[in-house]
Amino acid sequence: MWEQISANRWRSVVLTAGMGILLLLIGYFLGLYFFENAIIGLIIALAVWGIMSLIAYFQGDSLLLAVSRARKIGRDDNPRLYNIVEEMKIASGLEKMPDIYIIDDPALNAFATGRDPNKASVTVTSGLLAKLNRDELQGVIGHEMAHIKNRDVLLMAMCAVMLGTIVILAWYATRVLFFGGMAGGRRSSGGGGGQGQIIILAVGIFLMILAPILAQVIYFAVSRKREYLADASSALYTRYPEGLASALEEISASPIQLKSANQATAPMYTINPFRQKGRAASNLTSTHPPISERVRILRAMSGASLADYDRAYREARGGKAGIAPASALALDKVAGAAALRAPSPEAKTAEKSPQKVERARETSDMMWRLNDYKTVHCPCGTKLRVSPEFRGNSVKCPHCGQTLAVKGST
Amino acid sequence: MFAIYIVGAIVVILIIFFIATYNRLIGLRNRLRNAWAQIDVQLKRRYDLIPNLIETVKGYMKHERGTLEAVTKARNLAQSLSTTDVGARSKAEGELSSALARLLVVVENYPDLKANQNFLALQEELTSTENKIGFSRQYYNDSVLRMNNKVQMFPSNVVASMTGFKLGEFFEVTVTEEREAPKVSFK
Repeated sequence: MWEQISANRWRSVVLTAGMGILLLLIGYFLGLYFFENAIIGLIIALAVWGIMSLIAYFQGDSLLLAVSRARKIGRDDNPRLYNIVEEMKIASGLEKMPDIYIIDDPALNAFATGRDPNKASVTVTSGLLAKLNRDELQGVIGHEMAHIKNRDVLLMAMCAVMLGTIVILAWYATRVLFFGGMAGGRRSSGGGGGQGQIIILAVGIFLMILAPILAQVIYFAVSRKREYLADASSALYTRYPEGLASALEEISASPIQLKSANQATAPMYTINPFRQKGRAASNLTSTHPPISERVRILRAMSGASLADYDRAYREARGGKAGIAPASALALDKVAGAAALRAPSPEAKTAEKSPQKVERARETSDMMWRLNDYKTVHCPCGTKLRVSPEFRGNSVKCPHCGQTLAVKGST
Repeated sequence: MFAIYIVGAIVVILIIFFIATYNRLIGLRNRLRNAWAQIDVQLKRRYDLIPNLIETVKGYMKHERGTLEAVTKARNLAQSLSTTDVGARSKAEGELSSALARLLVVVENYPDLKANQNFLALQEELTSTENKIGFSRQYYNDSVLRMNNKVQMFPSNVVASMTGFKLGEFFEVTVTEEREAPKVSFK
């Protein structure tokens, strides 16, 4: 079952290594240009990266939790949330119970932290707790648990640090190039390398501009891949993809943005906290795949195994590469389908909304009638309201274009 | 001379393979045992919760003696069975699950009970314990599957049969209503 995760991890490592090469390239040209010694540049780049990595590794989660203003809770503070986290801990086979934090914020979101599965935590917003039913919450927690179990948190933190280093170095270098460099302070030592100098300068500038963009694209690619994998694992843990699907829908329907999120912490969340409504987020600069696509894949699953998710994923994305290599999934297919389970009783009782809509319609019909409006039902299903001032005998349906008689008109 | 080197190399590779596979099998078996222990923890928790639940519910549900007794009986039967007999145990636990499910359905007819804070807390605990039993069983079965694959598939099956590894037993759900697939319509 976990072979595909290690296969996927390998792919992520390759991408991360690509980012590392970018970082080294920047250091190399930085050194070549400013100190005429590539080694010094490399050392500076690695030192900046190393210090930031160490901070992220040892202090990252506490920093993140402090910045998000999250407070830790125990079993008695919220038994339901605690139980759901424990359920997912059992389903995922995690050895230690992660800490649970709540952010008091009406926005709907959740994230996981922790550099290794034994020092992990799960954070949800109070809005999420209030809005989702048990199955939906379970799906979201399963998704976060998958991030912990797949060690995405560490990978993404290290990626983010590398991205940050590249951006800082490139930004600093371009500033010096364009403002400091023109003053001519640096060249005194050079004596003029002629053409070689110009080429280095050109490549350097090119790299300074391109590297941050490229690094960002890699970062987003890694992040999106991990999101799909976490969705797949959540479906596997809960055996109920519909829970996460409807949670995602619920979250995407909420217009409230999380106050305490910022660009650096965005990939940690279940859904992108900076999404803009009505905009397709399937471009290169999104940390999360579009929600509609995630929901579609989850709903198209015929079982709950990773192979089922992979099949749904391929179908939804037009036969492109799946979430994991086919060889890794072969075992999962032999293993037999992980059957889906039934929704919990709570989910069934919670489905009151269609009735509510019906009642609202009846009430509005009555209000129209009381105001002497006439109602004409068009065969296409449209309901037309005819104002009491209307004097004609017939009215044209704006939806299908048919002409309809207004009954009882004078 | 050259042939000796080749034979030696093959023997070394075989020994390394043997050790690695053996350790892997041991790891899988330990995981299996741990997963089984996890189910046990949750089942014990359920045994502990049931007397509490019956005590809370009894006052409200005077006309449901049969349902309550069925739950108590199923609990006592399941508790009395030895933990090593996977087949009989899973059958008894399945019956306890369905007796409890019936009780929780009947509860819907008692609005007073559903307003009782104590009962609501118990219900949450019980629902969650049922889920945890389900999830630990799921994880246990996944672990059994992984180990069985290793024990049966070539080449690890050679090592497994030499060192006497047995196949793990699945925790089957014997109650029919628990097995039904959900009927969800996608539009």
